[in-house]
Amino acid sequence: MLIYFLQRFVSLSLSLLAASLVIFLLIEVVPGDPARFMMGLSATPEAIAVIREQLGLDLPAWQRYFTWLFGMLQGDFGISYTYKVPVTDLIADRVWISLPLAIYALVLSTAIAFPVGIIAAARRNSPADAGIMGLTQLGIAVPNFWFAMLLVLAFAITLRWFSAGGFPGWDAGIFAAMKALTLPAIALALPQASILARVMRSSLLDTLSEDYIRTARAKGLTRSQVLWRHALRNALIPVLTIIGLQFSFLLAGAIIIENVFYLPGLGRLVFQGITQRDLIVVKSVVMLLVFAVIVVTFIVDMAYALADPRLRKGRT
Amino acid sequence: MKSSKLMVALGAGLLLAVSMSPALAQRTDINVGMVLEPPNLDPTGGAAAAIDEVVYANVFEGLTRFDSSGAVIPALAESWDISEDGLTYTFHLHSGVIFHDGSPMDSSDVVFSLERAMAEDSTNAQKGLFAGIESVEAPDAETVVVTLSAPNGLFLFNMAWGDAVIVAPESAENNATNPIGTGPFEFVEWVQGDHVELAKFDSYWGEPVALDQVTFKFVGDPTAAFAAMMTEDIDAFPNFPAPETLPQLEADPRFTVIVGSTEGETVMSMNNGREPFDNILVREAIAHAINRQEIIDGAMFGYGTPIGTFFAPHNPAYVDLTGLSDYDPERSKELLAEAGYPDGFSATFHLPPVATYARRGGEIIAAQLREVGIEVELINVEWAQWLEGPFGAKEYDLTIVSHTEPMDIGAYANPDYYFNYQSDEFNAVMEELNDTTDPDARTALLQQAQTIIAEDYATVFLFQLAKTGVANAKLEGLWANSPTQANDMTGVHWTE
Repeated sequence: MLIYFLQRFVSLSLSLLAASLVIFLLIEVVPGDPARFMMGLSATPEAIAVIREQLGLDLPAWQRYFTWLFGMLQGDFGISYTYKVPVTDLIADRVWISLPLAIYALVLSTAIAFPVGIIAAARRNSPADAGIMGLTQLGIAVPNFWFAMLLVLAFAITLRWFSAGGFPGWDAGIFAAMKALTLPAIALALPQASILARVMRSSLLDTLSEDYIRTARAKGLTRSQVLWRHALRNALIPVLTIIGLQFSFLLAGAIIIENVFYLPGLGRLVFQGITQRDLIVVKSVVMLLVFAVIVVTFIVDMAYALADPRLRKGRT
Repeated sequence: MKSSKLMVALGAGLLLAVSMSPALAQRTDINVGMVLEPPNLDPTGGAAAAIDEVVYANVFEGLTRFDSSGAVIPALAESWDISEDGLTYTFHLHSGVIFHDGSPMDSSDVVFSLERAMAEDSTNAQKGLFAGIESVEAPDAETVVVTLSAPNGLFLFNMAWGDAVIVAPESAENNATNPIGTGPFEFVEWVQGDHVELAKFDSYWGEPVALDQVTFKFVGDPTAAFAAMMTEDIDAFPNFPAPETLPQLEADPRFTVIVGSTEGETVMSMNNGREPFDNILVREAIAHAINRQEIIDGAMFGYGTPIGTFFAPHNPAYVDLTGLSDYDPERSKELLAEAGYPDGFSATFHLPPVATYARRGGEIIAAQLREVGIEVELINVEWAQWLEGPFGAKEYDLTIVSHTEPMDIGAYANPDYYFNYQSDEFNAVMEELNDTTDPDARTALLQQAQTIIAEDYATVFLFQLAKTGVANAKLEGLWANSPTQANDMTGVHWTE
């Protein structure tokens, strides 16, 4: 187990270093000068030069890379070009929306997908199975931003149960905050739940056709006993992989949903950063998301080891 | 007896309740929608229009200011005297003006603000506004004397810009995140990405405002903006980003649609320094190939006024020169043949990220140009790319932008501007205009200037951008027009 853990940890660190270099280089080649963007159409060249110097854009690239890298190691992401506040503060504010939203959506998606997937597998080829498969197909096909607009139309504009968007802040109370996140979370969860339910079903069906299941049945266990005691745990590995991927996706990929509901999350921060050429914010948030994805993958790898004892022996 | 007394008391109470309930229900807060979030809140340190849309007239004030019609009126300067030669302006400041942090505003703050904007290391995006100032002096606490190096008929106008507001030496550095001004509203909080909140400043020197609280909410997505109006999460959206939904909002008694004018001349620039656009015949041919109304209808949902020169049609000095470049594809083809391009040519067309006039308008223009034989390759760019390429390096054939700054016809006199337009005649007129303070003479010169660029077909003059806003029907006092980019909340109030 320890060797497995160390192996994973080294690969995690190397991935992060490689990612930081790739991100930095990508941002370097992005066309558009942040200073010129800030100063607009009537700016004099001198005023632009002063801004470039203030932002440290006149330093050579390698120097800026190491400043950025060592800063990050100490938790300092630099100062936002446009907002002129520490990037760490900006990210910290946004994370408190994006992270709860991702968790909320993931909990919803799992809560829907598990029972649905298990029912579909247990009643394979029944009308219930066919219905579930049809609905999940639809759930995957419907774009989440369009579904989000339908939700707004129904629950905000027509029924007026919810606001059309925005976020009151956690100071407004947990209920108000969760309420503001509910429609976005549903919009995000639906396609994820559909995918997860289908993975759950096919993984369970695979497991149910294994020899040891037949043996267990021959021993005299009922179908449901076999399902819950033996099949489910073994069917979980592919499902965990998908959940891990989905969590990363929900954290990083909510840009469109955050725009539809005008939530000030990480996705919108990146989006604004790109259009306003606030490159230091873009690279720092992207780095953070890479970090989150790699850490989640790491945790999922660890979870495999718990679910599958064979992996603990270091046979990766 | 008792019961009748009770009845009277009850009745009186009921009357009181009925008569009072509208007063009690009177709202004194407002949620204002904006598409773009300001990058910071310092109008003297950035070009973004969104900064002024939050702070102009609300948080910060200058010596003079624009009113809703675009006229220059007194603000922190109560009055002023101009010397005979037009070189010396003596401003008399209001007394008893204090900044939001409690410190008094006097002539030393004015000297500081103007000198800061003019300084070598100034990061003022409109540094040109202060270029002609030779010295700023404060003979006493309530008087400021500004000496110009040459007469400037636009000086009072320049001082009304958001970039020329008066700030205090002790707070100026932090205005980006914690703006301290002299306006009727003070800054409360900014939840980045979501909203900026302002509250009534109780020690304001001028007329007290009706609103206690103003919250600017940032909703970038057009669909989300529509939903936010429909759910009344937002009370007013002065620059509403979803014009296609305006008929629906107009039909709803809860809302009023406010259509006004802006200072945004939308033009398609042709790189005058590049072949074949250095040929006036080609430029004229292109001008005649364009059907302005088709662009206004197709890209702007019918909102916009055709223009024939670089001037706002609502300005009294405007001359209608649209006839010089009316839609005439046959004439266009003849001109192209005369210029030596009987089979047309091909060109690139850079489109900045504005869904309406640039991206949709660009498609329509490309189709119109194809009709006369000009093949256009559309290139979508982001603002930062646009500023660096077409605007900064003048690397483009055709591009389209709405120039939203007030009275910016002078751009055509700048030889380094991205138009690449050079005209000694025009430059001479602009120079004379700078030295002229007499209103009638100024008007004549401005009209002359408009005619020169129109006859030179310096750019393709398309239309004046309309301001299409939506507001709760019970709101009054919002600006219909946009003489400068601002959401002046000082006169806004609820009617019931």
